[in-house]
Amino acid sequence: MLKLISTLSIGVLILLASIFLFLGILDATKVNISMLIGTIIWFIVTPLWMKEE
Amino acid sequence: MSENHEGELTLERNDGGEFERTPVPSSKLKGWKSFLGMYAGEHAAGTEFMIGPLFLAAGASLKDLLIGLFIGNVLAILTWRFIVAPIAVSKKLTLYYQLEKIAGKHLVKVYNVVNGVLFCFLAGAMITVSASAVGIPFDINFTVPKGIFGLSTPSFSMIVIIVGVVMTIVAAAGYNTVSKFANIAAPWMIVVFAACGISALTQMEVTSWGSLLTEWDNGVNVVQSVSGKVDFGFWKIVIFSWLCNAAMHFGMADLSIMRFAKDSRAGWGPSIGMFLGHYMAWICASFMLAAQIKLTGDISANPGALAWSAVGWTGIICVIVAGWTTANPTIYRAGLAFQSLFPLKAKSYSGVILAGLVATAAGIFPALSAKLLDFVGLYGTILGPMGGVIFVNHYLAKKMNFTQNYADEKGSSFNMAVLLAWVIPVALGLYFIFGEQQLFAAYAVIPCWIASSLLYVIIMKFQKS
Repeated sequence: MLKLISTLSIGVLILLASIFLFLGILDATKVNISMLIGTIIWFIVTPLWMKEE
Repeated sequence: MSENHEGELTLERNDGGEFERTPVPSSKLKGWKSFLGMYAGEHAAGTEFMIGPLFLAAGASLKDLLIGLFIGNVLAILTWRFIVAPIAVSKKLTLYYQLEKIAGKHLVKVYNVVNGVLFCFLAGAMITVSASAVGIPFDINFTVPKGIFGLSTPSFSMIVIIVGVVMTIVAAAGYNTVSKFANIAAPWMIVVFAACGISALTQMEVTSWGSLLTEWDNGVNVVQSVSGKVDFGFWKIVIFSWLCNAAMHFGMADLSIMRFAKDSRAGWGPSIGMFLGHYMAWICASFMLAAQIKLTGDISANPGALAWSAVGWTGIICVIVAGWTTANPTIYRAGLAFQSLFPLKAKSYSGVILAGLVATAAGIFPALSAKLLDFVGLYGTILGPMGGVIFVNHYLAKKMNFTQNYADEKGSSFNMAVLLAWVIPVALGLYFIFGEQQLFAAYAVIPCWIASSLLYVIIMKFQKS
């Protein structure tokens, strides 16, 4: 579950958001906020499962 | 560039890590696929934010960059596979122990200190990179002066000093925490690099391959109208991307990593990491500069400003983290190398503090980080030739009837043959790089490597006779 959250945080909130920006679906401000949220989630969640492994 | 590997080597050497002076036992060997994962995050570091934009700033064409980087990375991977991996698997020893058997322990110390000095300059460039991002929220930009030892603005120099001091203190406190944090950050950094590239394409309003080429060429034209025409052609890109990690492959530093391999296929290990860091990340970073030129006309390759413009705060965090996670272990391992210069009674962190001070001093001069393309070539030119000595010692000593592992066999602590075989080609290489010829540093790596190999064979044969 934690791994999934980490993957989604960078896969969706950062990478997919930038693709949406390229496609004109989202504007730059929303994408930048999405990326920042993705970054925060990644650094909160990833140490929990990476530490276990 | 790959940084963490060398740190592991130095840590092992100084801290008596696992199997430092014995071959790795069979029970500890790993399959080649383990090396794919281990190397994956290794080549996406703070240096990538500097190196990528420098290609555009140097006037490289996009087609040359895409094809040249591809070929250069393939050549680098082949070098790991066919030069490093067979020796690593056969001997299963660290670079330092293997070198000690050939060169003697005192000469290895000299090599280690030279390595440490070069690390300091690399760490200095990373301090500059991090400071460029720290300055953005305070509206402090760094300008690159023309002279190598020219200073940026006083406020930027102050940020460099603060960042350098913090990094030095953290490095002196220990390596493990930063190392763990770097592992956590690596996948995120790779994704942010990709996002920066995609965002830059959006800023350039790219809709097709043709429009991308047009925007790129416009960027190059703007740079060259300001800085003058510079030649950074296809072969220069190939050679640079092949040899920017020459110290790791031709220089055999990665023996210490690949000695844990079950077989030589571990040499394919850097494949994914190289194409993520030295292909995708460099190209994305170069797009950021092209986008900046289109939006503002500013041609300065300021990593903090570029990332801020592309993805906002995430970019700022990424540049700081990338610079920090690269600089910190680099300062730490340079410190370990310097520690041998201090008396035994000295505090264990004395070397790290000295390394941090040198790195911070180097970071104050932004022109040094702007010369990163030349620096990494220089790094390979100076350290690579030792790998040539190891290569001929492994393959040719018995065939050509000279003593294999000379220092170990003869009980020598300083093998003069290795010193001469190392110093003479490197001195010539440096003459061509810094002399009137102004040779591009990466061009000197292979000639120096070959010359060192040949010279070592000749001196050893002469000594034998």
